[in-house]
Parts: sequence; structure tokens; C-alpha cells
Amino acid sequence: MNTAHLTPPRTELEWRLPSRGRVGMSALIAAEAAIFTIFVVAYLFYVGKSLSGPTPREVLSPPFFYTFCLLSSSLTIHFASRSLRRWNFRRFGAWWLLTITLGAIFLYGTASEWHRLIYRDGLTISTNLFGTTYYSLVGLHGFHVVVGLVCLSTVMVFTLFGAVKQEHAERIDVLSLYWHFVDAVWIVVFTVVYVIGR
Amino acid sequence: MSTESIAWPTTTAASPSFVDHLHTWVTTVDHKRLGILYIVYALIFLVIGGVEATVMRIQLIRPHNDFVSPQVFNRMFTMHGTTMIFFVAMPILFGFANYLIPLMIGARDMAFPRLNAFGFWMTAFGGLLLYFSLVGANGLYGAGNAPDVGWFAYAPLTSQTFSVGHSTDFWTLALLVSGFGSISTAINIVATVLCMRCPGMTLAKMPLFAWLNLVMAGLVILAVSPLTAAQIMLLLDRYLGAHFFDTQAGGSAVIWMHFFWIFGHPEVYVLVLPAFAFASEIIPVFSRKAIFGYPVMVGATVAIGFISMSVWAHHMFTVGMGANANTFFVLSTLAIAVPTGIKIFNWLATMWGGKIEFKTPMLFCIAFLFQFLIAGLTGVMMSAAPFDWQLGNSYFVVAHFHYVIVGGILFTLFAAFYYWFPKMSGKMYSEILGKLHFWLFLIGFHLTFDFMHVPGLLGMPRRIYTYEPGRGWDTWNLIVTIGVFFQAAGILVFLGNLLWSYYRGKDAGSDPWDAWTLEWSTNSPPPAYNFASIPVVKSRRPLWDLKHPDDPDWKYE
Amino acid sequence: MLQMRSSMSRFLAQTIGLLFWSAVAVWASEPKGSFPDGTNIFAPASTPAKSIFGLSLFVLAVTGAIFLVVFALLLYCVVKFRKRRNDDGREPPQVYGSNQVELAWTVIPVLIVVALFMATARVIADVQKAARPDNAIEVIAIGHQFWWEYRYPAFGVVTANELHVPVSDDTHPTPTFIKLLSADTDHSFWIPRLAGKTDLIPNHPNSMWIDPHETGVYLGQCAQYCGTQHAKMLLRVYVQSQDEFARWIQEQRQPATVGNAVSQGQRIFETTACINCHTVAGTVANGRFGPDLTHLLSRDTIAAGAAKNTPENLRQWILNPAAIKPGSLMPAMQLSDPELDALTTYLETLR
Repeated sequence: MNTAHLTPPRTELEWRLPSRGRVGMSALIAAEAAIFTIFVVAYLFYVGKSLSGPTPREVLSPPFFYTFCLLSSSLTIHFASRSLRRWNFRRFGAWWLLTITLGAIFLYGTASEWHRLIYRDGLTISTNLFGTTYYSLVGLHGFHVVVGLVCLSTVMVFTLFGAVKQEHAERIDVLSLYWHFVDAVWIVVFTVVYVIGR
Repeated sequence: MSTESIAWPTTTAASPSFVDHLHTWVTTVDHKRLGILYIVYALIFLVIGGVEATVMRIQLIRPHNDFVSPQVFNRMFTMHGTTMIFFVAMPILFGFANYLIPLMIGARDMAFPRLNAFGFWMTAFGGLLLYFSLVGANGLYGAGNAPDVGWFAYAPLTSQTFSVGHSTDFWTLALLVSGFGSISTAINIVATVLCMRCPGMTLAKMPLFAWLNLVMAGLVILAVSPLTAAQIMLLLDRYLGAHFFDTQAGGSAVIWMHFFWIFGHPEVYVLVLPAFAFASEIIPVFSRKAIFGYPVMVGATVAIGFISMSVWAHHMFTVGMGANANTFFVLSTLAIAVPTGIKIFNWLATMWGGKIEFKTPMLFCIAFLFQFLIAGLTGVMMSAAPFDWQLGNSYFVVAHFHYVIVGGILFTLFAAFYYWFPKMSGKMYSEILGKLHFWLFLIGFHLTFDFMHVPGLLGMPRRIYTYEPGRGWDTWNLIVTIGVFFQAAGILVFLGNLLWSYYRGKDAGSDPWDAWTLEWSTNSPPPAYNFASIPVVKSRRPLWDLKHPDDPDWKYE
Repeated sequence: MLQMRSSMSRFLAQTIGLLFWSAVAVWASEPKGSFPDGTNIFAPASTPAKSIFGLSLFVLAVTGAIFLVVFALLLYCVVKFRKRRNDDGREPPQVYGSNQVELAWTVIPVLIVVALFMATARVIADVQKAARPDNAIEVIAIGHQFWWEYRYPAFGVVTANELHVPVSDDTHPTPTFIKLLSADTDHSFWIPRLAGKTDLIPNHPNSMWIDPHETGVYLGQCAQYCGTQHAKMLLRVYVQSQDEFARWIQEQRQPATVGNAVSQGQRIFETTACINCHTVAGTVANGRFGPDLTHLLSRDTIAAGAAKNTPENLRQWILNPAAIKPGSLMPAMQLSDPELDALTTYLETLR
């Protein structure tokens, strides 16, 4: 069948559709949000229901500094993206490195908190319901931070080789969407674990 | 895209070896080839799942039968359910979506071809992992085998205490892996439908097939993820000593049910929306009329998508949630019946005033309408919670959901096979064999699933490997089993028709049904690049506009 | 009279009709044993089951009416609008939609939904919010893999698998309120003629009630898959007159009658692993994992209904439970024939 009749001159039509990368990443974020929601629901459901063992009030203290680091990294990644769009490759690299550093500091904070909880307070995932829900929720978030850092570091390596240019701004934005999501999840986790749950 | 066209060019190059041929299929990222891979994979598991069902039905043909042991029977119903849902229904529907969506929206491929391939291979691997449990599940206790915890694996039956060995772990991991595949494909469908439509095809002008699969993909994204979360929690319980579902530590068995059914209920809409998609494309063509009420059909679909996320606990009416919670879920479940009924009426209105041709695809669609009506009504019966306190967990429920999945979804799938087989293979199927398949399967379906309602009404629970005589269940079980053999015969005729027609069928041409959507404007089978040039459309039925230039759709809607 | 579309469909309709009526005939002639209404949900004998039955009639009437109307429309469509042999090949008029029609078939279903919802909400409240009278019999039912434990806290009675309750009449109702617990995994208590099913879930106590109006034996079984022998976790409820029930309670409260000399069978019972799982009140046996055997011989069946309570079956059960209920958690006791005989004789004294 001849499709020629279906194709009038191109100049007549203005046809704009959303970018595949953004839509795809948004869909992925929706799926991840659903997974996190279930872990948050489990956390809230089990607040106060542990039969024994350390309670949140006894062992948790809100990690304000590390939270500040992680949330600032959203700002720095935004600046990085802006720099790239303005052809400021060096500045882009600097902001990007700062983002990775802030993320790494946050991970260090989580690791040291876990070290203290396990060795000083005797709280593990199998101690009680609090331990189960705490480690799984914070751990799931931490896992997503790790994945994010791996992606960011890959881009860092490309940047150091000079391979990241202005035309990649769209892809950088898509990756930033993921990083912003990780930060937004932390806001929820922080509220649920260190505010409501205590 | 680097796939080769299916028609080999006539050059002096040597024809490819078997290994080369296999290599192109294994490394393909072409949506059409991946679609066919999904479909063939699902058909193989359809036969396996059917064998599992047959074993169960032979065991239940009379009371106190000893065809198989209780342990084997319990594995059969677990594997049958898990296989049919995750490795037959979902892959086959993803396969059709993959094949048809780019063609229908005038695109050259899906939004993310490599993600597409990833999704297929994850699903495929998940299925193999599940069946590997038959040989590999022996843990330290030597007690493992195929999983036997039921396809919804209620806690605490799945804890280490009650499920020794690794059979439950194979169930969990297989679904976790294929879940990633499903979510990947869903992301791909959303991005494709939103970002790859050809010029002129606004959302209001795309085929209902694309709309229904879009909403389906949204449901997969929101509903399979909770299952993934629950599976992770189960693994943590079983291996790291977590207590999510550990009732001895204060954990809750009911919360597993909530998490599972928050997945499980939208899942059935994931399965049925593509079935509606097939019906919405096929019924208009064989009635020679446009679909009645396109905007309402879209609205009803979106409504179904939303409401389906709020009805899950109607699977838990007997669990003891309290009168208020039960009442809420009665209301939400009844509410979803309204947009679903509207769709049935719109299909009927499409046929009204038309010129109906009873080719095989249409026969299956008419049977679908009849059967889906009944299935919906038995669902309404069970939405009345007190009635469900009797009917729930009995053979009435089993009859109801098979009525939906077999009588509704499988029938439209058969319709879809016959309708698009000419496009995918370039050949026409045998209409006589198609009709034979239809009647055999119809008789078998009704023998089995009509009469299956009765033991439920007479008090027969589900998932029992045998039953007591003298309760009035014997005869009905006998009839139910007999129906299975008619269905098996129908499936054999179907598979034979596909194979025979592929090699010996008449050439179909690009548009054997005189249809109206874009896939019929290109060759059969389509070339690797789908369209010579990207089409531009002005209405919902671009080919109708071409065939009726004095009376095009865009003048009316 | 509707024209049959083709001889094919007429043949089909006749075949199905023939099969259906043959089935009815065979079913009608099937022996029903001594429980003619058995487990039929449409033969209610207690208030919860009756409330459900009333609701079900209403729901069936509404859904039946909907089915007839829509089916009639479908049949009409398929017959009236089929393509005729002498068709001129032109496309029929294209109708894209109609707002009035869409409105009509939205509003009517919404009204039907409202009616169904109100009727349902009322029955939910009637059953689940029923007040508990002071003279209600209280039973605690504990689900095990694969048997039922019953405790009557007010009477100090512990028994297994066969539940006894008094009959209740409308002038002087004596309902039985059952608290449902579980010792291991999920189960479900379903006696169709007495009430809808309610699940037994560990760490999640549930409660239900029955007030049977006629004496007799009512059957049911576990309705939530609980493991290998879910199929043979059967239920029997014995509804007795007030006097008979009182007498039964009295008998069950007695410890096992202990003779002067400890029989050989009793010695075997108390020195092998039996007492780890079973209780015989008044002796050293106080295990809780298996059913209480103090009044074993007062029951009609053993192994939660899997076999009749006869000496042969009892002996077989102890020798090799897997022959009667493969996958049950009772181990084969590896006793010699004389030991088995003595043990069975002892158990036969536990009336």
C-alpha cells in the first residue's frame, strides 16, 4: 500500500512531543516511588510494635549534617546542569564533583550510624521490628544513592576525558532527575524515621 | 536499529547458517522480533501450564482419587497459577503491545529498543528460573522442589519454618527478575506512546489499542513495584532474619496480603486492558463501523485504571478487617463495575447498525462479550462482602477468575492472533481450522467453567487435592474435567493452524480485512523500518480517510 | 422466536442442553449420605448464613436481570445486524457516539450500584456488629496444621476437631461466639450452612458467631490453604439440645478414667513420645502440639475427619499416619504389633 498520500508537505505541521528520556526517567521514578511507599507503609505500620530490643527513641538521633549534605547536592547538581547548558565545561565538572562528594559524605554518615547501631546499641535487622523496618528502609535508600553515585562517577570519568559537551545537557538533566528523586525520598525517609517514628 | 529485513535480498551472498540466524534473533532489538519472541515464549508456557491444569483436573475427577500425591498437587496449582499469570498472560500481551504499538502510531520502533530486549530476556530468564526449581530447589534439608505455597504465597506459610528448602526462594526470585522485565517494558510503552506518535496523531486521535496499553503500562509501574517490595521483604525475612511477616515477633501475616493484593488486583486489570484493546480494534472492523463513543471509552479506561488501585482488599473480606473497612471495599469494587459495564455497552453499540462478518476473530470477540458479561456479574456477586464470605476461597472464585482470564482474555487473544497473523506472517490462516478451533474451545470452556461454579455454591473450597464423597460435588467435578479435553483439542487445532498457515497459507497482502489503522498501510510482514516514510494523520482512522476521500472521519470527529 | 443463525449453533445449543440435563439427572441420583443439604450455601440453618442467603437472593436477582437484558441485546445485534448474502458492499452509516445514550447507561448502573451497596452494608453490620448476649457460649478455636483445637473457657473444656454447640431458638437465643486464633499458619473456618467463612490468622485474633436453629451435624472444612494436608482439615459441628449439650460438657470436663492398675498401653503412651504432643487430663501427658485425647472415643472421626474413629483406623493411624493423611505432622511411631495393640486398647478406654 502506498503511504505517499498520508504524507503532506512537512512544513505545514508543527509537531512537538515530550522527550523520551524525561518521560522514561519519570516513569522509572514512579515505579521506584511505589516501591519506597510500600517500605514506608511497613515502617509506619510497625512503629511501636516491637516486642523487645532497642527503641528508636533510645538509639536514633537525626543526622542533620548528613541530610544537609545530601540535600545540598541537589542544588549543586542543578548548578552543574546550568553550567553545562552555558558551555561552562570546567564549572560543570567542578559542580559535578562537588555533588559526588556530598553524596559520598552522606553515605559515610549512613555507614557510621549503622556501625554505631550494630556495635554499640546491638540493633540489627533481625533484632526486632524496628531493626527490620529501619535497616530495610534506610538501606533501600542508601542502595539508590550508591547506584546514583555510580552513574554520576561514570559521567565524571567522561568529563575528565573531555567527552561531555553541551549537546549532552538533556541526558545530564535526565540523570539529575534521578538524583533529585533520591533526595526527595530522603526527605520522606527522614521525616518518617527520625521525626514520626521516634 | 540494526536488524535485517525479514525478506532476504537476492544477492550472491550465501544464505545465513543456522547459528547466524539464531544470533540475529538473540541479539535483536527490533520491536517486531521481540514481540514474536514474547509470543512464542508464552505459547510454550501455555502448553506447560495447561498440562499442569490437566493433571489437577484428572486428580479431581472423582473423590479420594490418587492420581498424584498431595505434595505434587500443591505444586501443580502453585506452578499453574504462577506460570499462567507471569509467563503466559503478561508476556503474550507485552508481545502484542510491542509488535503493534509502533506500527499503530506511525513510529519506527519503541522508544528504547535495547531496554525492550532487556525486558524480554529478564522475563524469559525468570520463567526458566521458576522451572529450574524442579531440579535445583533441594536445600540443606533435601526438601526442596517446585514451590507449593500457592501463587499468592501467603505468610507465614512462606517463612523458613513452614517452607523448608529453596522452593519458595525460586518463586520469589523468578518473580523478582521477571518483575524488573515487566517494569522495563511498561516504561518503554509509556515513553513510546507519549513521545513517538507520528505527526497529527494527538492523544485524542491515537487508536484505543494505544490508550489501553498506555493505562496498562501505568498500572504495571504502580502495581508490580509493590510486589517487588514485598518479595524483597520476604527474602529479608527468610535469609537475614527480618520480621516483616514473622508473627512470633509481632509481625503481621495480614500485611503480606495487603502488599500482595495491592499488586494482585491491578494486575488483573493489567491483563484485561489489553484484551479490551484487542476487542476495541477488532469489533469495529468486523462490524464495519467506527468504535462507538471513543472519548467515553478513553475516560472509562482511565477511570478503571484509577479505581483499580483502590479495590484490592476485596480479596481479603474474610480476613477480619472490620465492618468499616469491608464496607469501603464493597463500595470501591462496585464502583469499578460502572466504567467496565460502559465499555460493554459501547462495544454493543458499535455492532448496532453495522454489517457483522462472522470471521474467526469476530466469533472470538462475540464469545468474549458474552463471557466477560457473565464474569463481571459473578464479580459483582462477590463484591457483596457477606456473599463473598460464602463464595470466597471456593470453586466459585476459581470459576469466576477463569471466566475472566480464559473466557475474556484468552478469547480476545485468539481473536488477536487470527486478526494480526496475516500482518505478522504475510499469510492467511485457514478459516475452517479457525472455526473448528473456536467451536471446540467454546464447548470445552463452557463445560469446564460454567459447571465449576456449582461446587463452589455447594461448599467446595479451592486448593484441595481431594474431596469427600457425599457432598454433591462429584458429578460437577467430572464434567469440569471432561471440558479440559475439548479445550486441549482446540489448542492443538490452533497451534496446527498457525504452523500450517505460516508455511502453506495464501498470501495475505497488506490489508486483508479492509481495516483502518496504520499497521494495515505497510507490507505484510512489515519491513524492518516499518514505513517507507513517517505517515501524517488527520483522524482516528487514517486509512478510512484514504479509502473514503469524500467522507473522511475528520469531518465528523 | 429468535431465528437460529445457523444449523451449527442450533446443534451446539442442543448438545449443551442435553449435557446439562444429563448432569442434573446424574447429580440428583448421587448418594448424599446422611447430610442431605451437606455444605450447600443455599440451605442456611443459622442467622448469619440466613442473612447472607437473603442478600444473595437480591444480588442474584439484580445480576440475573442485567444478564438477561444485555444478553438479549447481544443476541439481537448478532442476528439483526449480520451481513446478508445479498449485501451491496457499501459501508453502513458511521455513528461515532451519543452523549444521551452514554449518560443513560452510566446513570442506571450507578443507581444499581447504590442499591446493591446499601443492601450489602446492612448485612455487613448485622453480622459483624452483632451484640453479644450474656448467655452466649464462648469457644476459642485454634487452627493447627492440620486439625482444630477447641477450648470452652467458661467450662474448662478442651477438645479437638468436633465442635459441640447448643441449639438456639428465636425465643431464647443461645448463640455461640467463636474466637479464632492460629498456632501456626493461616486457616479458615467454613461451615456453609451456619455462617460465612472467617480466617484464623496468627497474631490476628478474629471472631464470628453462629446460632443454629436445628439440631444435627453440620459439615465444613478449612478454606485457606495451610500446607500439605489442607484438604483433610475437615470440620464437624454437632448442634445439640440444651440438655444434651450440658451432658456433653459434663462428660468432657472429667479427667480420663484411670483404672487401679496402669495398663500396658498407658505405659507405652506415657514412655514413648506421645506425651510430647498429646494431653490426657488426669495423667502425666500434657503435650499441646497435637489434639487433646482425654475423650478421644467421644468423637466420630479421627485425624480431623480424615477417617472414621474405629479401632482399626486408630491402629493404622498410629502405625503409619501417611497412609491416611500423607503430610500430616504426626510421625509414624515405629511400634511393634503387640505394642500397637496394647496402645490401641488403652486409647479405646478414653471415652
